[in-house]
Amino acid sequence: MTQINETTRWQDLTEGLQIYEPATAKDFLTGEWRTCTPVTDEEKCRQCLLCVPYCPDSCIPVKDGKRLEFDYDHCKGCGICAAACPFGAISMKEGK
Amino acid sequence: MAVKERMSGNEAVAFAMKQINPDVMPAFPITPSTELPQFVSSYIANGEMDTEFIPVESEHSAMSAAIGAEAAGARTMTATSSAGLALMWEMLYVAASNRLPIALAVVNRALSGPLNINCEHSDSMGARDSGWIQIYAEDNQEVYDNFIQAYRIAEHKDVMLPIMICQDGFIISHGVSNIELLEEADVRNFVGAYEPAHYLFKEGESMAVGPYAVSAYGMEAKRAQAEAMKNARQVILDVAEEYKKISGREYGFYEAYRLSDADYAIVAIGSVCGTIKDAVDALREKGIKAGLLKVRVFRPFPGKELADALGHCRAAAVMDRCEGFSANGGPLAAELSAALFQAKSRMEVVNIVYGLNGRDFTVDDAEKLYQDLARLSEHGNQETEAYRYIGLRD
Repeated sequence: MTQINETTRWQDLTEGLQIYEPATAKDFLTGEWRTCTPVTDEEKCRQCLLCVPYCPDSCIPVKDGKRLEFDYDHCKGCGICAAACPFGAISMKEGK
Repeated sequence: MAVKERMSGNEAVAFAMKQINPDVMPAFPITPSTELPQFVSSYIANGEMDTEFIPVESEHSAMSAAIGAEAAGARTMTATSSAGLALMWEMLYVAASNRLPIALAVVNRALSGPLNINCEHSDSMGARDSGWIQIYAEDNQEVYDNFIQAYRIAEHKDVMLPIMICQDGFIISHGVSNIELLEEADVRNFVGAYEPAHYLFKEGESMAVGPYAVSAYGMEAKRAQAEAMKNARQVILDVAEEYKKISGREYGFYEAYRLSDADYAIVAIGSVCGTIKDAVDALREKGIKAGLLKVRVFRPFPGKELADALGHCRAAAVMDRCEGFSANGGPLAAELSAALFQAKSRMEVVNIVYGLNGRDFTVDDAEKLYQDLARLSEHGNQETEAYRYIGLRD
């Protein structure tokens, strides 16, 4: 399944492009679509984690109660996190 | 041991459904196919079937539920006609492209307008490019036999495509005639259990059905789907051969009736073929070499085989119970003409539109058409329009 890519011949595709394993969406790098990029100001961030549930693409990983850097492979740059942040710690910069 | 009975086409298909006893039937009633979910519901209520019947709010929902059930791994069927089939349109393509072998009993009826409940092939002909296999019947016996063969064709591992089993509304669906039924055990043994390689409820496997494809994959996906339709050709013939062993009845892509030495042929689909056979017999008595080519399988289209079967004829009339509004004749005429061209045929061909909105086509109409073909082959195409109606007031 994971061998299927943009050079795969029609004869080697699965029936109806069905996918027989879970969590393959993570292989699809939707971050390529981004035209604006969220940037965190570590000084202003209070680690309230409000941005985490707001992110529609689950692109803000959390470890030991603290948020880590954005998952830029999948962040589409929608800006919801920046709007949700109560401390103005996230800003959107132009481009990737 | 075969059982002799008297049944309408709808009763015959419902009986086949009972004998096969599929897992799921989502359906919404529409004339003239209403009896199918009705009979199945009665069978279920009487404990004669254990199919899960899903009453839905529309045909779009019926096909959507059928897609969900089939993807989950359940053998699924539904039934519809006319506007009901039109409302399924979007989902027909989804069923076919996701390679879900659903069986759909189509009872052919005109599409509006004018609003009309009678026989026409415009509904299923409109869906001819949706990726479904289409098999048509001349009478109640054939539609019963076709339905029993349906899952064997659709579920074959080289095919995995949905299938429409079509019968003419009212003429077949409500006309009662003699029929020979198979024993239930023989039907179940013939159809067998549905064991797909992948399905949503399969234990130990996660699966996604119908994912989005970017343009780097979509074209290859269509090509693979087209291959399945090509594969259906051989499977249809193989299943027919096996069916002959339990039923004694022979099926193929077409039936050639007194065609092998015919000078003049009519090519047609459905119940009208019974009428045409009477005309052929009458003309043969008078020494006119008339023959009939009855098309049973329309998808996959057996173009080469049909062209070969007509190869020796001097003239042919291709009959469509459907006005395709192409201004050039109906779909059977268009596709068969293309096949004849590929076969380098020089035959005179006329495109006939007949039987719209349930208009009768009589033995007399067929006899006159054969006489037209005889004149045409002698004098060329000047006297007869290549695309015309029969049974029209003009």
